[in-house]
Amino acid sequence: MRDSYDCIVVGGGPGGAWAAKHAAENGVSVLLLEKDREVGIPVRCAEAVSEKGLKTVVEPQPRWISNIIEGFVIVSPDGREVAIDTGKERGYMLDRKIFDYDLVQMATMNGVEVMTKAYVYDLIKPNGTVEGVRVQHMGEHHDIRARIVIGADGVESRVGRWAGLRTNIKMKDMESCLQMTLSNIKVDPKYIYFYLGRDVAPGGYLWIFPKNERVANVGLGISGEYARYKSAKEYLKEFIGRHFPNAAVLYTVVGGVPCATTLKKIVADGLMLVGDAAHQVNPISGGGITTAMIAGKIAGGVAAKAIAEDDVSENRLSQYARDWHKAEGKNHERTYKIKQAVYKLTDEDLNKTADTILSVPLEKRTLANIFRTALFRHPSLILDVVKVFMTK
Amino acid sequence: MIEVINDKCDFCGVCVAVCPVDSIDLFEARIEIKQNCIDCMLCVWICPVETLAPIEKLQEVECETAMIV
Ligand SMILES: Cc1cc2nc3c(=O)[nH]c(=O)nc-3n(C[C@H](O)[C@H](O)[C@H](O)COP(=O)(O)OP(=O)(O)OC[C@H]3O[C@@H](n4cnc5c(N)ncnc54)[C@H](O)[C@@H]3O)c2cc1C
Ligand code: SF4
Ligand code: SF4
Repeated sequence: MRDSYDCIVVGGGPGGAWAAKHAAENGVSVLLLEKDREVGIPVRCAEAVSEKGLKTVVEPQPRWISNIIEGFVIVSPDGREVAIDTGKERGYMLDRKIFDYDLVQMATMNGVEVMTKAYVYDLIKPNGTVEGVRVQHMGEHHDIRARIVIGADGVESRVGRWAGLRTNIKMKDMESCLQMTLSNIKVDPKYIYFYLGRDVAPGGYLWIFPKNERVANVGLGISGEYARYKSAKEYLKEFIGRHFPNAAVLYTVVGGVPCATTLKKIVADGLMLVGDAAHQVNPISGGGITTAMIAGKIAGGVAAKAIAEDDVSENRLSQYARDWHKAEGKNHERTYKIKQAVYKLTDEDLNKTADTILSVPLEKRTLANIFRTALFRHPSLILDVVKVFMTK
Repeated sequence: MIEVINDKCDFCGVCVAVCPVDSIDLFEARIEIKQNCIDCMLCVWICPVETLAPIEKLQEVECETAMIV
């Protein structure tokens, strides 16, 4: 470890790994700091990605993929199962332990230095401009300087706050999540299941993501708005008790997902935020792996250019914010509006919508078709959807 | 003040994300609540596994147990 680098990345998740890799690829020196003893562990994820999404950021490797998903089923509050045909679009169940580890390893091949067990506890910020980080590593404190610090420190992000950015999230947009990897169960490994309803997961959904026919990630997220009355733990315990009474629990994941739009400001003088730290998550699905990598790639590229041009001002770095907005951010704003409309639906609305969709034959049940049918039968939805598209 | 029941904590950081005054330090396997906590309860409510509790509540529980014993 040196006492100064061109760029320091805080956090060794997919966002941090990809930011580090792309900064280094463009010719600057990079140090990646991770507080845990190993990258990729512990896993805080349900591990599902779309094949298409993943391919936009990296060539998928067979060793990352534990299962291939061919469709999904939505279960309405009254228990009706609505299968949706996704056509040629497939999903992957990743093994994130291996995936996250490999992404960081790929970054090191471009010259990125990595330090684990390195807890960043503050920024060096003498005149308002971020100039490095303070790290605690194996009982010792170090000041490490950098032209640019990239905060990819996940949902618990504090790097942004220390730089003076407003990173607060509304309780209703924070999903409180718990997941158990269950074994000794029987599931169809080709389908992922989403359960909706007030009694199952208010303001969120419950998922069953199979790794194979006997093992699945079963978890849920509930909106912070409801978490004060009953915890995610209680909801999941009830569901597993009802549906998988004989399951063994192989692994438990506790976590949260910021299901909001991207933070208003994700750059400051000498600083950029990436991934969950910037709330770059699909607000409906809660998926944030590929979006963190898209953001990381853009941020890493802009960081390297800014350093080469010797201008790390907020103004120069805001190119990252603009490019992100074009790539995904704008899309998330639209998705967020749909999320708000969907979460307004009562259990009764959802049951009716399920009925409507079930009247469409399975082979015609594509997402676009369902949307059209649902709109036609339930005009009240039209208003919400029109609002979404008119205001884009 | 908020008490951490460390045995239950998974160090996931969701509480850190919602704390409005940056009162929570999260290390690899330890969390600490600092003095500037304003008792807003957001962290208590958001924790997926009921790790946090206001200190008064904990005391209540202890009193009850004491009475039973
Ligand atoms: C229960 C659950 C299920 C999910 N399921 C899916 C899914 O199926 N598909 C999907 O696409 N997404 C899913 N997500 C979201 C996804 O996990 C995240 O969006 C993704 O990991 C974000 O990547 P990141 O690089 O921004 O942050 P992270 O992967 O969270 O990485 C942040 C890293 O920063 C480190 N760090 C934090 N603070 C410091 C510090 N002070 N010093 C040093 N290091 C620090 C952390 O230890 C961590 O390793 C899920 C999330 C949860 C909680
Ligand atoms: S939300 Fe709960 S489990 Fe997660 S770090 Fe905070 S106290 Fe621990
Ligand atoms: S009670 Fe409020 S102020 Fe105190 S630690 Fe929890 S979230 Fe922060």
